[in-house]
Amino acid sequence: MAEMNEKAILQIQDLDISFRTNAGVVHAIRGVNLDLQRGETVAIVGESGSGKSVTVKAAVGLLDANATVNSGKILYRNRAEDGSEQIIDLLTLSKRELRSTINGSKIAMVFQDPMTSLDPTMTIGKQVMEGILLHKKVDKATARARALELLELVGITDAERRMKAYPHQMSGGMRQRVVIAIALASDPEILICDEPTTALDVTIQARILELIKDVQARLGISVIYITHDLGVVAKVADYVNVMYAGKIIEVGNVNEIFYEPKHPYTWGLLAAMPDLETDDDRLASIPGSPPNLLHEPKGDAFAARNAYALKIDEKVEPPMFKVSETHYAATWLLHPDAPKVEMPAELAARLERSKKEAERYL
Amino acid sequence: MTEPLLKVRDLTQHFRMSRTFTVKAVNGVSFDIYPGETYGLVGESGSGKTTIGRSIIRLYNPTAGSVVFEGKEITGKLDRETEKMLREDMQMIFQDPMSSLNPRKKVGDIIGEGLDIHHRYASSAERDNAISEMLSKVGLSPAHAERYPHQFSGGQRQRVGIARALVMNPKLIIADECISALDVSIQAQVVNLMKDIQDSTGCAYLFIAHDLSMVKYISDRIGVLHLGYMVETGTTEEIFANPVHPYTKSLLSAVPIPNPEVEKRRKSIAYDYKTSGIDYTKGTEHPLEGTHSVLCTDEELARWTA
Repeated sequence: MAEMNEKAILQIQDLDISFRTNAGVVHAIRGVNLDLQRGETVAIVGESGSGKSVTVKAAVGLLDANATVNSGKILYRNRAEDGSEQIIDLLTLSKRELRSTINGSKIAMVFQDPMTSLDPTMTIGKQVMEGILLHKKVDKATARARALELLELVGITDAERRMKAYPHQMSGGMRQRVVIAIALASDPEILICDEPTTALDVTIQARILELIKDVQARLGISVIYITHDLGVVAKVADYVNVMYAGKIIEVGNVNEIFYEPKHPYTWGLLAAMPDLETDDDRLASIPGSPPNLLHEPKGDAFAARNAYALKIDEKVEPPMFKVSETHYAATWLLHPDAPKVEMPAELAARLERSKKEAERYL
Repeated sequence: MTEPLLKVRDLTQHFRMSRTFTVKAVNGVSFDIYPGETYGLVGESGSGKTTIGRSIIRLYNPTAGSVVFEGKEITGKLDRETEKMLREDMQMIFQDPMSSLNPRKKVGDIIGEGLDIHHRYASSAERDNAISEMLSKVGLSPAHAERYPHQFSGGQRQRVGIARALVMNPKLIIADECISALDVSIQAQVVNLMKDIQDSTGCAYLFIAHDLSMVKYISDRIGVLHLGYMVETGTTEEIFANPVHPYTKSLLSAVPIPNPEVEKRRKSIAYDYKTSGIDYTKGTEHPLEGTHSVLCTDEELARWTA
C-alpha cells in the first residue's frame, strides 16, 4: 500500500511525463509533487507550456496518446460506500476503470471553453441529467429534479425553462454555469477547474469565481484551479503552486506567496502584473521566453531569464528549500551559503502597500 | 489646447444580418484622441470596442457619424490623397499575432510591405536598412528578417506586428487587444516596448483591451463601452478615482487584485442592464469636472452622484 499524507485526499508524487513529438521527446513534467487536502483550494499558476494542465489531465486519464508517464504516482483516497477508505494510484488504473469509478463521480473537471465542452445538439437539461443517470442509480424524474436543483445552485434563473434551451441560446457566462452544474451533478469530491474563466469577461469572471467558492463552501469539496492569472489565485486559493518548465518552483499558502515570495520567478510574475496603483514608468518584465523542453535545460531551467542567477544555477538544479512549514521554494538563493539578495525595490514597495491594505481587514 | 489628432463624433456601426435583423454594434460614440496620448477603450465582449477600432481605420464602412483624422473627414468615399494619408498615418496591431502575419512571407517582407506599396525608399539598400532598424527597435535582431512567422514565439511575433505598424512612422496606432494573447511576463515586455516607442516617436495609441489593470497602466484617458454605447469617459484618474456609471463601478469591482486578504473579502458589484432600469438610448452626455463625462439622464445623474 502506498504511503500517503494523513489528511490529503489527492497527492501527486514525483510525476514525470514526456511527449513523443515529430521534433523529438518533450519532457513536459519533470518531477511534480502536489498535495490536496479535503475542502481546500489549491491553485497551480504558470505560463503557457509550463505543464499545469498536463499535470491534472494525468489524474483523470485525459493525457494524449503520445504521452508517456515515466514515473510517479497520483494517489487518491477513495471513500467506498460502506465508509471504508482505501488509497488508489490513479496511474495504475486503465482508462475504462477510471471512467467507471473516478471520473465524474469522484473527480470532475471544468474546462476553459464552455462552448466546446457542451454538446451543441443536446438541450441543457439532458446534458445535466446525463451524468446523474450514468453515475447514480435513479429514475428519470429524480434525475430531472436533481438537474433543476443544480441549475438553481449555479445561479441560473428560470431553470425550468432553461432546461429546454440549447447551448447556443445562452451567453458565455451562463454556459460556464451549466458546465459547473454538470461537473457537480454526481457529487464529486474534487473539482478541477482548468482556466475556468479565461474565455469570459471580467464582470462574469468575478461572478463565476464567487459561485465556485460558494458551492465549495456549501458542499465541502476540494478544488484545484489551473490559471495564469494571479488575481484569480488571490481571490480563490488557499495554497498556491507556481510552476515553471514542468516543475513546481514555489509552493506556499496564499499569503506566503503573495506577501513573502522567495523565488525570483514568482517575483517576476508579481511585478509584471500592474495592480491598480502601479504608476512606475516601466513594468518590471522577465526577459526572454520560457525554455523549450525539447532540449532539457541543464541546471535551473529559469537561470537564463533570472537576473539573480548564481553560478551554481547553470550546473545543478536547486532542490526545494524550506521557508516555513507550508512554504517551499526551489532557488539556490535560499541556501545558507548564498549571497543575500533582496527582491526588486518596486516589488518590495508594492508588497508593503498590499500588506498595509490587508491589515485593514485583519 | 491643441487640436485633436482624431475626432470621432456619433460614430454608428450597424451590421445588417438579414432582412429583419440588424446588429447595432456601435451607437453614437464620440471621443477625441490628442497627438502623443494613449486612449484606452474598455468594455466586455460584444460592447463594440473592436468594431470602433476597425471602423476608424476603415476596415468597415461606418453607418453614420463622422471621423476626422488630421483635420480630414475619413468616413464615406475617400479621395486618393486622403486615403493615402489614412493608410500611412494610421496603423493597426492585431490581437492574434499568428493569424495576422502572412505565414508564407518572410518577416522582413511583412515589415517592408508598407514601404513597398508607398515607395518609401530609393534603393533596396535603404529598404533593408529601414527594416533592420525597425527590427532592432522592437528588440529583435536584424538577422530575423530572413525568417518566417512560425519560427518565432508569441511575444516575438507580436513584436513583428508592432514593427510592421511602426515602419510607416504613423501618427496613430490602433492596438486591438494586442497583448491579451500573450503570457503575463511577455505582456510586460510588449507594454514597455510600446511605451518606449511612444516616447521616441510621439505617436498616439488607441489601446483596446479588456484587462483593466493594463489599460489603467498604459492609458492617459479611458472610454468605457457597454452594448455599443460609451457610458463613461475621462482621464484615467477621473475614471478610477470617481466612477459614476453603475456599469463602470461593476467593471472596476470585478478586476481581481493580486492581494489575497483584500481579494478574498471583496465582492464584485453586479450590474445587469435589463434589470437596472437604465435606458442607454435616453441618456445624453453629461459632463462632470474636467474631461469626465457620463451617459445618462439628468435624473440618473442626480441619483448616482447623490
